[in-house]
Amino acid sequence: MSKPKLALYWAASCGGCDVAVLDTNEKILDIAGIVDIVFWPVAMDFKYHHVEAMADGSIDLCLFNGAVRNSEQKKIANLLRAKSKTLVAFGSCACFGGIPALSNFTNRAGTFERAYVEAPSNEKDNKTFPQAITKVSEGELELPEFFDTVLTLGQVVKVDYLVPGCPPPVDLILKLVDAFATSQLPPPGATLASEKTLCDECERVKEGKSISRIYRPHEIIPDTKRCLLEQGLICFGPATRGGCGQRCIQANMPCRGCFGPSAGVIDQGAKLLSAIASIYQGDSEEDITRMLDEIKDPAGTFYRFGLASSILKRKRL
Amino acid sequence: MSPEKFEPLIIGFLCNWCSYAGADLAGTSRLQYPSNIRVIRVMCTGRIDPTFVMAALARGADGVLIAGCHPGECHYIGGNYKAAHRMALLKKTLAQLGIEQERVRLEWVSASEGSRFASIVTEMTEQVRKLGPLGRNGGGEHV
Repeated sequence: MSKPKLALYWAASCGGCDVAVLDTNEKILDIAGIVDIVFWPVAMDFKYHHVEAMADGSIDLCLFNGAVRNSEQKKIANLLRAKSKTLVAFGSCACFGGIPALSNFTNRAGTFERAYVEAPSNEKDNKTFPQAITKVSEGELELPEFFDTVLTLGQVVKVDYLVPGCPPPVDLILKLVDAFATSQLPPPGATLASEKTLCDECERVKEGKSISRIYRPHEIIPDTKRCLLEQGLICFGPATRGGCGQRCIQANMPCRGCFGPSAGVIDQGAKLLSAIASIYQGDSEEDITRMLDEIKDPAGTFYRFGLASSILKRKRL
Repeated sequence: MSPEKFEPLIIGFLCNWCSYAGADLAGTSRLQYPSNIRVIRVMCTGRIDPTFVMAALARGADGVLIAGCHPGECHYIGGNYKAAHRMALLKKTLAQLGIEQERVRLEWVSASEGSRFASIVTEMTEQVRKLGPLGRNGGGEHV
């Protein structure tokens, strides 16, 4: 019997998810031993037409990382959906929009302005923007069309499983591969992480949720044993799904929410906003003003990884 | 909807003990105010999750009014203070998402302030009417 077929793809992402797959180290050889990798642009030489030539449903498992922000990514998302029996949104960008979705605070024009004009590394006065169609003497050159709005994979095609994380931790990847290889994947629609919140799993000492000053991470060196939120750092633990292995918490850094909303939560940012606001002490107008002043960038903080999948999805322009 | 006059849709979350009774008083007192508000009764403003406000705005509301007991008068002692904190932070967040401050409003209305309720709804309806409809998709899903 032939081995199951595995495809990996990257869309709007940094490449970290692909590196995370390689971070399985020698286990990657085990993975290669139980599956045939049929498509993996970042690591192997396959072309789109190879995928197009496959029969529908012939890929057994597809790990799709990255958000969808241009026409090429959308096309490949549809292609891989058709060719794959099981499609996994792999990593925070594919699941929730991730860091690329922060450009949902602006639109295509704003993103281009920042990337091709304002960014300090650009040549001064050179205002060259990517065009979908460019006419040259030999004919027309075509680039994928850039969208105004960054989308999650699930907003473009039906997704079977979510594997969150920026990037997904190695043990979660191995758990996924193992569950797949032994046909023990849960019913479709599941998120392959913990059903608990990060707070629920965190072993730091929690004495009582009340804060009277919010610190930014560079302003204090937090105690390594006590709850980071209680020390005044905005930690996403109360609103974020656990199962990440607490890499940030163990490094004494507050959670930034890359695992997305915990089970049953629709909007991670709104839940965290609610939690932070309600534990902030003081009932006077001045206290509220101080809180607002201490949280410099609430939308960018609360929706660091989840803007595309949030209720409002993007800025109203 | 006629093009000349836009009728905003405002969702009102009113606390059971003060503001809902205040709205009731406005009605029984035959006070006139715009019918643009759709009232949802909650037990306390402290029950209003920011998710509710975002969901209302995302699903067709042009504005959201939250009204509860005056500070110090909450039936549950401190629910309105929680609401004050949440709504202040929510408004700052919404501003970054392009939603004008006037679209989300927190007010204290006691059970005896029927006329205050009517004037708040009147004022807010006009303010939101001036702002125009809230874009549902922020100016285009893709392009």
